[in-house]
This record gives sequence, C-alpha cells and structure tokens, in this order.
Amino acid sequence: MVKQLSLPRMAIAVAVIAAIILPMLMPSWATLITLILAKGIVVLGIIILLQAGQVSFGHAMFFGIGAYAVAFWGKYVGPGDLLLFLVIGPVLSTIFGLAIGLFMVRYREIFFGMLNLAFSMVLWSLLEKMYHYTNGADGIRVPRPTLAGIAFTPETFQYVMVYLTLALVLITSFAVQRYLDSPLGHMLRAIKSNETRLEYLGVSARKVLLIGYVISAFLGGLGGVLVAVTQQIATPEFAYWTKSGEFVFIAILGGTTSAFGAFAGAAVFEFVRFLAAAKLANAWQLILGIVLIVIIMYAPGGLIGLLKRKQPLGEKP
Amino acid sequence: MKAILRTATAAAVAMVLQALPVAAQDKPREVKIGISTFLSGPASVFGVPAKAAAEMIAEDLNKKGGIGGVPVSLHFIDEGAGGEALVSNYRRLVQDEKVDVTFASISSGSCLQLAPLAEDLKMMNFMWDCGAASILEAKKYRYNFRSQANATPEMLAVLVYLLKTKPDFNTIAVVNQDYAWGRESWEIFLTALKQMKPDVKVVAELFPKFGAPDYSTEVSRLLALRPDVIFTTSWGGDLDTFVRQSNQRGLLRQSTFVLAIGETSLQRLGNDLPDGLIVGARGDHWFLHPEMKNDPAFKAFNDAFRAKTGAWPIYPVYHMQQAFSALQGAYDNAIKANGGKWPNREQVVDAAGGLSFKGWGREVTMRAEDNQGLEAQLVGVTRTDPAYGFKVLDNMMIFDPKPITNPPGTKSVEWLKTLGPDFVKMTVPTFKHGG
Amino acid sequence: MDSTIAVLAVLDGLSYAALVFLVSVGLSLIFGVLRVVNVAHGSLYAYGAYAAATISLAVTPISPWLTFPALLIASVLVGVVIGGLIERFLLRPVYGREEVLQLLITFAVFMIMDNLQRLIWGVQPIFAAEPLRLLPNITVLGVAYTSYQVLLLPLLAALTLVGLRYFLRYTLSGAVILAVTEDREAATAIGIDARRVFLVTFMIGASLAALGGALASPTTSLVPGMGTDMIVLSFAVAATAGLGQIEGAAVTALMIGLARAFAIYIQPEFEVLVPYLIMVIVLLVRPMGLFGVSHVRKI
Repeated sequence: MVKQLSLPRMAIAVAVIAAIILPMLMPSWATLITLILAKGIVVLGIIILLQAGQVSFGHAMFFGIGAYAVAFWGKYVGPGDLLLFLVIGPVLSTIFGLAIGLFMVRYREIFFGMLNLAFSMVLWSLLEKMYHYTNGADGIRVPRPTLAGIAFTPETFQYVMVYLTLALVLITSFAVQRYLDSPLGHMLRAIKSNETRLEYLGVSARKVLLIGYVISAFLGGLGGVLVAVTQQIATPEFAYWTKSGEFVFIAILGGTTSAFGAFAGAAVFEFVRFLAAAKLANAWQLILGIVLIVIIMYAPGGLIGLLKRKQPLGEKP
Repeated sequence: MKAILRTATAAAVAMVLQALPVAAQDKPREVKIGISTFLSGPASVFGVPAKAAAEMIAEDLNKKGGIGGVPVSLHFIDEGAGGEALVSNYRRLVQDEKVDVTFASISSGSCLQLAPLAEDLKMMNFMWDCGAASILEAKKYRYNFRSQANATPEMLAVLVYLLKTKPDFNTIAVVNQDYAWGRESWEIFLTALKQMKPDVKVVAELFPKFGAPDYSTEVSRLLALRPDVIFTTSWGGDLDTFVRQSNQRGLLRQSTFVLAIGETSLQRLGNDLPDGLIVGARGDHWFLHPEMKNDPAFKAFNDAFRAKTGAWPIYPVYHMQQAFSALQGAYDNAIKANGGKWPNREQVVDAAGGLSFKGWGREVTMRAEDNQGLEAQLVGVTRTDPAYGFKVLDNMMIFDPKPITNPPGTKSVEWLKTLGPDFVKMTVPTFKHGG
Repeated sequence: MDSTIAVLAVLDGLSYAALVFLVSVGLSLIFGVLRVVNVAHGSLYAYGAYAAATISLAVTPISPWLTFPALLIASVLVGVVIGGLIERFLLRPVYGREEVLQLLITFAVFMIMDNLQRLIWGVQPIFAAEPLRLLPNITVLGVAYTSYQVLLLPLLAALTLVGLRYFLRYTLSGAVILAVTEDREAATAIGIDARRVFLVTFMIGASLAALGGALASPTTSLVPGMGTDMIVLSFAVAATAGLGQIEGAAVTALMIGLARAFAIYIQPEFEVLVPYLIMVIVLLVRPMGLFGVSHVRKI
C-alpha cells in the first residue's frame, strides 16, 4: 500500500518544494509559477466535471467572471483588498455557476459541452461589445491590491502572490481530493459509468452533477481572481473559447485521475508556452499541439499516468 | 541522488556567478535590447516588418561599432502569445536575460500592461509604437518614454487635412475596429471635429469586431446612407477587406474616404484604390518622404529593407528606427555627461528625458515633462504613379508636432474641447509627389 | 426607408448565411457520422481560402476565368489531403476512447495548423479577388451588390444542400453513410466497412469547410487567425440546428445570417452577440437543437 502511493506522493512533495524554493532562486519565475498554480486551480474544476464524464467547453466563463469581478470593483468601487477579492470573485462565479448549472445539469456529453460554450460566448460577446462599461477587447486594468490592509512593493507582492496562491492550491487540492473520495465523489463518477443505476438507487444525478458544477464554477472564479491580480488585467480573452479549450487541454495533459494532474499539466503547458515563446516564437502552438497529440496517443493517463506507470507491475493495486 | 545534488549545486553556483553585477564604469560586452512585437496574430502585419527592421538596424549599427563602441544584441518577445506569456517573458528578459533597455510595444494593451511593470523593475522602456494617449497622461513615469507621437496629434493632423482640402461636408460615418485604438481614435477625431465644424452630423458609428472577415453589410448600409465622409482608423487585413469591398461596390467613389492609418495598406492594395483618398501614416512616415527622399542614407535604408523583405518600409519600420535612434542618443548623451566613461543605467535614463533625435523623418523630441514624443505628422491623398504598382501619396502636408499635441499635464479630450474653428487656419507646407 | 433596410438586410444576410452554411454543414456531417466535434474545422476553412488564393493567383495570368475552377480544386485538395491525413493518422487511433480525447486531438490539430499556416503563407494579408471582379454588380434600390456575393454564393449553397441530400438519400455510398449514422453496430454487422465510411465522410466534411473558405477568399483578406472565429460560429449554427441536421443547418444559418444583418442596420453593437444568444435560447428550450431528434437514453 505505502509503496503504491510513494511515487506520486514524492512527485507532489517535490513539486510543492519546487514551488516554494524556485521563486526565491529565480525571482523572474515567481509570476510564472503563480500563473501556473492559479490556472491549475481552474483545471481542478474541469477535472471534477471530467469525473462525471462531462467536458465543459465554456469554463473560461467562470474564470472570466472571477477576473471581471475584481476588475469592475477597481473600476467602479475603488481600491480593494485581495482578501475581499478572494471572496467576491468566487462568490460571484458560484452564484452564476448555480444559476447556469440548474439548466446545465439536464444535459450530457456534447450537449453539455455545447451549452457551456454558448453561455461563455454570450459572456465574451458582452465583455467585448459593452465597450463603455468593459473597455472592450482591451480589458480593464487591475491595480495592485493590498493584502489585509498592507500595501506591498512590486517586488514583495510577487512573492505574496506566489505563496498565497500556493497555500490556496494546497487547500483546494486537499478539499477536492477529499470531495472526490467522498460518497458524493463516487456518485459523480457513477454519472459517467452508469447514470441509470444511480437513479435506481434513489440518487438524483442532476443534484450530484449540480454540486460538482457549482464547485467547479467556484474554482474557476478563484483562479480568475488570482490571474487577474497577478497579471493586473482582465480581458474578454479570459472568457473566449480558446481559453476554455486550454483548460481542458491542461486537464488531459496532466491526467484526470487526481488533483495533482491539474498542476502538473498547467506547469508543462505554461513552461512549454513560455520557453517556446521565448526561444521559438514562430512555433509555440505547433510544439504544444504536438505535445498534446503525443500525450493522448501514447500516455493515456496524462503526465501523472506516466509517473504511476513507472511502478513495478507487481505492485499494481 | 548525489549526482543530482552535485549538478544542482554547480548550476546554482554558476547562476550566482552570472548574476554578479558588472562594475558600473566597465564597458559591457553588449547592450541588450528586449523588443516586444507581434510575431503572430493579425497585428503581425506590423510586428514582422518591424522585427526585420530591428535586425537590419542592429546589424548596421554593430558594423559601425555599436553604441559607444559596444555592440547591441536583440531579444524578441511575441505580443501575440497572450498576456500571460507577455508579462512572464518581459520579466524573463529583464530579470534573467538582464537586458539594458526594452522597446515595448505595438499594442496599447501591451503598453498598458508593461509600462507599470517596467517602472516597477526600473527598466528603461521606449514605447516604440503604441498609440493610446492616456498612458503618459495618467501618470508621470521615470523609466517609460514614448519615441513617437500618440493618437491625439495623429488624428488632429488627419482632421485638419480633411477640413483644409475638403471643407464642404455635412454628414460623416465611422467604421473602426472594436478595441481601444478604434474607439479612442474616433473619440479624439469626433471631439475635435465638433469643435471645428459643429454642424456636422454623424450618421453611422460602426465598430465591427476586431479581425472581422466581412464588411458587406456595413458597406450596404453606408451605400444606403450616403454619408459625405467615411472615416476609418482600421488597419491590416481589416482595412484591406473593408476598402476592397467598398471599392468593388462603388462606395469609395460615393463618399470621401479618410484612411487615418492607411499608409501601411497602400502597397498591398495595389491599384485597387482610386485616387483622392486621404491617407495618414502615424507620423511623418513615407518611403518617399518629401524632405528626406534625396537623402542617400534614407534611400539606402529603404532599398535595403525592400531587398530584405520584398516591400517598402511602412511606419512601424520607421518607428523601430526611432526607438534605436532614441537609445543611441540617450547613451551618447549619458557617456558625454559621464566624462566619456560608460554610464550606469540611471544615468542613461536621465539622459533620455528631453532628448531630441532623428529617425527617417523630421527630428523627434521626447518632452522632459511627460516623456511624450513630439513627432511630425504627414498626411496626403492617393494618386497614381505608373512607376509603382500601387498608389502613392500626393499633396502631402507635414504638420509641426507642437501645435497639434496637447501640452504636458493636460488630458487629450479636455484639451481638444478648447479648440475652435480657427484651429484649421494654421499654415502647413504642402508637397507634391515627385516635386 | 424601413422597407429598404429590410430588403438590403435580407440580401446581406443571405450571402453571409450561404458561407456559414457551407462551413457548418461540414461540421454537422462529420459529427453526425463520426461523433467527433471537429475543432480543426475552422483551420480547414482557412486552408481552403489560402489554397484557393494561391492557385487563383497562379492561374490568373493564363485566364482569370480559371480562378473559378481553382476555387473548387483547392477545396477538394484541402479536404481530401489534409482531411484524409487527420482522419487516418490522428483520429482513427483514438476512436473508441473518450469523446473528449477525439475533440482534443482536433484541438491540437487546430493549434498546429494555425501555426503552420503562418509559416507557409506568412502574416501579410493575401487576397485574390479575381472571381469577384469578373462577375458584374447588380443594383438593388440604388445600392450596388456584387452578383458573386448575392447570387452565386447563395446558389452554390443551395446546390450543396440539394446535392448532399441527393447523395445521402439516393446513392449507395450515401445510404451506407446514413446506415452508419443511424446504427453503427448494426451497419458493421451487415458488412459495412465503418472505417472507410468515416474516412470518406471526414473528407467530404473537410472539403465543405475548405469550400466555404475558398468561396470566401475573393471577398476577404486572408490573415492569420481567420479560422478561429469561424470555428465557434459554425459550432453555434450546427448546435442550434441539431448536430447532424443538414437542412437544419441551412435554416439556422439563414436565421443567424439575417439576425446579424438586421443587427448591423438597427443596433450594430449586438452583431457579435446575436448568434450566441440564439444558440443559448434554442438549446435551453430544445436541448437537441431546432431540428434534432432526441436519442434513446444510453444505459
């Protein structure tokens, strides 16, 4: 038993330590690591839905809602505190998640994906066209907030962000993993494997899916707040379909069997894009596309699947 | 495991060694320039020629001994890879690559993101191409400079040209791309127009999505509305599509067209355009610049660029030259001020404020008060010249930047509201094509 | 003035709908048969346009009229070669695995094609407007239209619709495709080679996307990223109509095209929103789309 878990656990430990130490060694990476972690939080939400076999091709809308909650606050209310943002963003995305989710849980598979896409594109069009309220395609600048009333210099703030995000990552991953291991999580997986049986057992599949959907909307909003504050901007691109595609892409890249996959996927995705945009500016999409195809064809479990596969055969559960 | 540790230690030591600062007065091995430009996405119509120009200029500069005897090296980042990659890569250039200066960016959105960051990182940055006036009006920066004009003088020049050459119009329509540039440039143009010709009626304000592939419906509507003037600040494929669809259906002949930054599309549109369209160039940028065209260096530059890329230079190419000229000027002055010794970074920043330099047009001055570049503006009309496979500019006016740029400390739109109908009466020299 | 606007908007909407229909019907067909949402569809549209422009520019010196066959040749070439390669080497290995993986493969193909397109054709806008110039303008209520856009495009779209219908209903290959669509297992059981059907269908669908691009190429500038918006627009049409619905796609394309045109005349700010708003409303009321038939629930 112990040995089975040792490899992924060690990988997680190494990743956490790397996330703690790297920003100190290489300050310029602090922002990149923050973005990776924040995006990983959004991908956690995608992974939850994937347990139920549902792919949201519009999850960027919750990401966008979180980001614009912060942006609108700055534009219409005034300077804010990060703690406040971390409440209003996710709360808003959760409310939207609940409202949209009530419709969404009636749908499965391609229809689920399409309706999500449709909602996200409506949000995107509104953000893009309501120029006088949203600044249109250029987005809204997000000034550097205080944290618990303390204002930070830019240098310190990047560390604040990276460690705060890391803490949130640990909390959310732990919670999500607990949720997936709970009876609710098992029921969620039953939607994928055998929804009818779930209903025969007297469980409302829609309710189970709704809970998962709302949690994933919450995570989307949380990630949106973190990215908007880190990048100091929110743009309609945050809600565009390619962003949604990116989140699903990262989930599959990382592997959907555990929360850690979200962060492994986000790390590889962002590093490849970052390095390729730096060294091979002409070919970063090409490289990412090929990486994804190779992973899908030859590593069905994603990156964490690769880690697990290295275990000796005899030790398989 | 031990081996890994050893490698890691070695790597860490190497990194620390690399990071040790060079003594301030020593000449560095090179001056590193970080450049953000569009290498992907629609705006690569500007970014790719600008990159080619940067490489050509740097090569030439290094042949002549570089800046103060130090060669320059270029490090590009792609603005088209999205905001996250842009910010991460900018930090990488500054903090890991340790560039000495950055030229950022083309898009005003990128400038809005990077200018505060450059300020945070104490990195001298020349905003070499972005046009939003508000960036330098909102805040006084120390490290951010603009080595070119902004939308306010650019639009005013076009407007004054229109009012001087075709003053009798009653209705106007706008077709602009739906993003900050399209919206802001129209706000500037319209605010000034209302001051100078208050009776004009705006009959349609169309803001198709950025990158829209089809303008047929907009063209139909404009054909039905018959406005006297149609104004657009669109560029790239958007402008090409709009102009060609308009031409095909006679709209270009029905209304007076003002292509406020049409200079970049002329070569691509070839002889599709009729004569007489008003064309602006975001500065006094034209490969047949009336005051420059007999300068052998200018001709050599244009020919070399054409040999390298297959096209004559367009304004982003000249803007890139201005950034290099500004950098060279700042270093030269700083070296002089430092008694011939190599200056530290802060000294170079000091030397950049109030600097005058010359690219491939009239002299540009970066005002000391707000670091805004004062750049002359060239506007002309299209005309046929059989020597070229496309329309060239005629009846060019070159505007002195001072009267058409809002004074430091004022906001563009507020300042525009203080102008009146007499503003148009300014004297501006006119140049004929080939004259 | 109001009736003028109505007439003009209908004409504009019609020509726009014709292009959107061609692209989305290909998407719909591929989904109907393969159950794959082809994200690379917009890239095929873009490649169709670029290929058409490249061939058109090459043949214009010989005779400008050759550009018309060039449009067709380009789309078949792109559809058969690129479409065939995608299906055979990238999609075939992942049939039977989760649908999301097939979708992501096409997403990866979209990224790769988008990148390659830039490397092949560069970033400067390209255009080849010869076919548009050859046909005369017609004037309606004092407004000039190109007959290419208001006559030829809708005519070709209608021909495609009728042709597809005829092919599926009255030819053997069509019947085989329909059989696989209705019941893949039963079709395989009676000896139909589903793999070949998939390949052929994907090629046809891809050719239709490329045809949309080729026919659009004389009217627009070809630029990097031109396929990105087309993908999601054709999703909207196909999903609103009901995936796999061919006539449905035509009606929906018309609906969205007209709504967009009227928006530009009356309230231009709504232009971008209109297709997606229609999609949301329709999907909320009729999950299977306007013309979709609900399937028996999977057990």
